[in-house]
Amino acid sequence: MNSRIWQRRLMLTLLLAPALLWLLSLIVLPHLQLAILSLRERIAPHVYEPSLAQYRTFFAEPLYWQVFVRTAFISVAATALTLLVAFPIAWVITKVARARASALLFVVCLIPFWVSETVRALGWLILLRQTGVLPALLVKLGLAAVPPELLYHDATILTGLVYTSLLFMVVPLVNSLESLDNSLVEAAYDLGAGGWAILRKIVIPHAAPGITAGCIVVFMLTLGNYLTPNLLGGKNSQWFTELIYSQFIVRFNWEQGAAFGFLLLGLSTAIVAVGLRLSGQRFVDVMRRS
Amino acid sequence: MSAAASTPDLSVQSVMKSFAGHLAVDSLSFAVERGSFFSILGPSGCGKTTLLRMIAGFSEPDAGDIVIGGRSMRGVAPNRRPVNMVFQQLALFPMMTVGENVAFGLARRGVGKAERRRRSDAMLERVGLGGAGSKRVDQLSGGQRQRVAIARSLVLEPTLLLLDEPLGALDLKLREHMKIELKQLQAAFGTTFVYITHDQSEALVLSDRVAVMNHGRFEQLGTPQELYYEPATAFVAGFVGSNNRVSGRLRASDGEVAEIETSEGWTVRARKSCAMSAGDHVEAFVRPEVATLERDAALLPQNQARHVGVVQSLLFDGANSAVLLREDVTRLEFRVALPQTGRLADLKVGERVHFSFDAQRAICFPHAARK
Repeated sequence: MNSRIWQRRLMLTLLLAPALLWLLSLIVLPHLQLAILSLRERIAPHVYEPSLAQYRTFFAEPLYWQVFVRTAFISVAATALTLLVAFPIAWVITKVARARASALLFVVCLIPFWVSETVRALGWLILLRQTGVLPALLVKLGLAAVPPELLYHDATILTGLVYTSLLFMVVPLVNSLESLDNSLVEAAYDLGAGGWAILRKIVIPHAAPGITAGCIVVFMLTLGNYLTPNLLGGKNSQWFTELIYSQFIVRFNWEQGAAFGFLLLGLSTAIVAVGLRLSGQRFVDVMRRS
Repeated sequence: MSAAASTPDLSVQSVMKSFAGHLAVDSLSFAVERGSFFSILGPSGCGKTTLLRMIAGFSEPDAGDIVIGGRSMRGVAPNRRPVNMVFQQLALFPMMTVGENVAFGLARRGVGKAERRRRSDAMLERVGLGGAGSKRVDQLSGGQRQRVAIARSLVLEPTLLLLDEPLGALDLKLREHMKIELKQLQAAFGTTFVYITHDQSEALVLSDRVAVMNHGRFEQLGTPQELYYEPATAFVAGFVGSNNRVSGRLRASDGEVAEIETSEGWTVRARKSCAMSAGDHVEAFVRPEVATLERDAALLPQNQARHVGVVQSLLFDGANSAVLLREDVTRLEFRVALPQTGRLADLKVGERVHFSFDAQRAICFPHAARK
């Protein structure tokens, strides 16, 4: 009997080993190293001592925390916008389109992700740059006198981020809307509810775990995105990941970069926690149900 | 009787609906009286659900009109119709409490919170669920959910309550119980019920009037007694209650009784449902309880034709017990009810028995397929 329990434990350990190894070597160890890095200060070549100087610099330098706050705001806005765009798409895929059309729609949402994010961002550049397709079209239609510069605006960054994140919102939404029984919608309609009341009282409460899961994923991806804000926003983008990049790679100030990394981690955790609290959900439930 | 009371609550006028060339509802017209329990009985795919969804407003008829409470429902959305529906799977809102479910429709009408609470509590009280308002839907039993679904609709005081096979998901024992409860609820509220089902026993037990539907048309509309004793078509005779079916050719007529001969040469006598002539293909229907069973042929009624069969199986079911015979000439299965006195309870499989039936209580129709 005892040996069977041991066998099962061994089996479980072996099955979990790759995942645990992955977590340990790629997430936990580097973060420990970064934590140590961020909490020390170089006082002379090869001489370090524990200090909070890196974190102090962050709050003392307005540029740093302003970029930090800006990144958070745009990420929240991009998440909200992605939800607004993805919800009707998921609704059409699950409730309106017939089986074949809905599969096709899903594939259409998926296809852009076969191309790497870099290439897609470059595609946006071709479309939007001053000598690009869209500005030329605007001139041709008489909507602008000279080709306008469409790149390097916050709106451009936002558009790019929504586009990049769309699939990660559509998938959990489709999952949660699929499990919504159509007769619940009909019953609400039958009992006198209009479209808005059905959405508010039936559809959103049912899809809440999917909505939350999608928002968490999209928010984290957006906050940690480097490529899209950098390419579409150029020097104006002022994205926090760029600050981290420049600390590590340009300035070779690993201590400062590590501190920034931890601040970003804290920020995303805090905002997700606030979001869950506001929507009255629990993280474990959301991850289990979607 | 006032003028208002004489207008039917529901009047369906030449309603037609087809899906991709398939005629689901074929120019149907009927009226349902105020306060009555009306059932539409039919096999799956007969168009009864389509009809119900048109009455509820979830789909529009291709032609014809549906008039509810004297008002045409053309272009009226489901949420604006004086009609509520109890769904097959009940469709209670799992994200709300029982009380919120019942108050949902009232809230949509802008009834204030305190008044909503009062009315939904009173309604739950009436359906025997007083104090259950704060429970979650999944804490209720099947029968209780059923009552919540009905309460949720009735609290809106609809002209018409539609019920889409609401007992289908329940187990047999509970179904029998809910049948009685539904009938009592309908009597207590006096609301007009339109009930669709494929279960003939539900339709017969519950309804004031039943329409038997097949291929988008009503085969017959009448009281349960009429359907059972005076079926209008072979389909009704075969669908409502159990019946033995014998098909053959009409050999001779003796007044309104026909003599039917099967291809194997067995002759039975049955009342004609309409004018028929010799040589027609016909189908005779004999109910199991109409036939008499005896071990000794001499004990059978003198004026009835006698038949012989071998007991194939005994179907004991209390008061509904029957034997399945194999008729001697045709090898046809023939079901005969056992006397409720318990006589003949000692029949054995393989025994030869004699049976007869009153030709007036059997009925024959022109053969549907070879008319």
